[in-house]
Amino acid sequence: MNFAIDARDLTRRFGSFIAVDSITFDVGAGEVFGFLGANGAGKTTAIKMLVGLLAPSEGVAHVAGFDIRTQRDQIRRNIGYMSQRFSLYADLTVRENIRLYGGIYGLTPAQIAERAATMLDTLGLSANADDLVARLPLGWKQKLAFSVALVHQPKIVFLDEPTGGVDPITRRQFWELIYAAASRGTTVFVTTHYMDEAEYCDRISIMVDGRIAALGTPTELKEKYGADSVDDVFVRLARAPKGEAA
Amino acid sequence: MSNAVDVRSLSKSFGSVKALDDISFDVAEGELFGLVGPDGAGKTTLFRILTTLLIPDTGSASVLGLDVVKDLWAIRSRVGYMPGGFALYPDLSVAENLEFFAAVFGTTVEKGYELIAPIYKQIEPFRDRRADALSGGMKQKLALSCALVHRPDILLLDEPTTGVDAVSRREFWDQLGILKASGLTIVVSTPYMDEALRCDRVALIHGGKILEIDPPRSIGTRYGLPLIAVRGGDRFGLLHTLREFPHAHAVYLFGDELHYTDKRADALPEAVARELGEYVAARGHKDVEAHPIVAGIEDSFMELMGSAPAPTATAA
Repeated sequence: MNFAIDARDLTRRFGSFIAVDSITFDVGAGEVFGFLGANGAGKTTAIKMLVGLLAPSEGVAHVAGFDIRTQRDQIRRNIGYMSQRFSLYADLTVRENIRLYGGIYGLTPAQIAERAATMLDTLGLSANADDLVARLPLGWKQKLAFSVALVHQPKIVFLDEPTGGVDPITRRQFWELIYAAASRGTTVFVTTHYMDEAEYCDRISIMVDGRIAALGTPTELKEKYGADSVDDVFVRLARAPKGEAA
Repeated sequence: MSNAVDVRSLSKSFGSVKALDDISFDVAEGELFGLVGPDGAGKTTLFRILTTLLIPDTGSASVLGLDVVKDLWAIRSRVGYMPGGFALYPDLSVAENLEFFAAVFGTTVEKGYELIAPIYKQIEPFRDRRADALSGGMKQKLALSCALVHRPDILLLDEPTTGVDAVSRREFWDQLGILKASGLTIVVSTPYMDEALRCDRVALIHGGKILEIDPPRSIGTRYGLPLIAVRGGDRFGLLHTLREFPHAHAVYLFGDELHYTDKRADALPEAVARELGEYVAARGHKDVEAHPIVAGIEDSFMELMGSAPAPTATAA
């Protein structure tokens, strides 16, 4: 098998509420996969199941070839994760953050030193290695957080709204980092509220009320729905039903 | 004078960080005015000064003709403020939050109901639900209702659409349009460039400075350099090829296209597009289409950002 992720009828209930309702999809190795949906559509619940933080009610899924029910430890060693809200320790320096995450992921001190040097050089942060992360501009933090999420060279990286609030130039630089990682074979699973970024993905899925309402390349979806942009497709599919899903 | 907001040479620093650096602008009565810029641009600091929660280092600002330092109490009762992150009481229900904000301003929900009804009616079915159990879109509607319940003369909204999905964002801007039509002055900040189009005028703000103030449709007309949209197969490869073109000024990903800006201000855009097409074809990119376009807000923002001094690592 050559899927980075494959999910079959994955379902999660909370009491009588079905947060994720029998979703089936796969993500190829090295693919940039956009996981879209309105607030409350079930994205976060689905991601929590995929990274092993929440057990599914029904269905099966494999991430990096490992079963999300029985092989959570292996999954955690083979994935990277970055979110907009939390990724780096603000009171540690750039270098200390790299060392910390390298240690958490079980790298040797020699591996950490080597990868830290490469990372600082690639990001142009060598001169700031001993600055507190709190003092870095947001855009730099986000690029550093992405690189740190890749420090143990995971097969798959999960990015949860990685570019929220970031300026438009840095947002684009961030996507160039994503492309570069994908071209080295890393699978990228990304959520975003910026619909122009959905166009940068190889394929996207759009979740509505716990289900995957559409899945395909951006071009396929635009053709299917006769829309000019992914934004139009999204609005058409995700237009909130009255009340609850507002 | 009939300016709802008047800001003159306003500066505010936190330690070594200049959050606002000599900012001036005004907002007319009844105007829907947008402050567009990324996190760290200074938007929240500006809102805190306008709502009398922070005192500026230098410069002056007035809201509804009242000075933000001297007349703070008079301003506070007349301003509707929706802070970033919505600032609701998570343990109170929808109805309790609204009643609380009404009570703080010495009024009742009934007296403000007519104004908030179009928004509040959408969440009223959940009036007994705790605020922390609401979805992002519902929190946003409740926070707007709370900011409006005392019938303010001006609405100051700090990033009301951040973290909210594309559908809820559109609905929110529709609501602002209705409020504006009722005569209310609205100042709203956003990191989403596309939302600027819904404003009467926008200020592009970055690194504590205002880059430009204009009606959204005029911003692109000042771009000044040929701008070409390029579309083709391998977007990442094409991006790098275009950057190698000798006259390239900037090349950026842009949805399903690339936007290429040429250095030569006096070059004919059509000719540049043709040249580019030939250049990339000679380097193995097939079926590439290139045509001149008019700059949008985001193109302009990036160009102005690029020409402004970059914020340094210590001046986040």
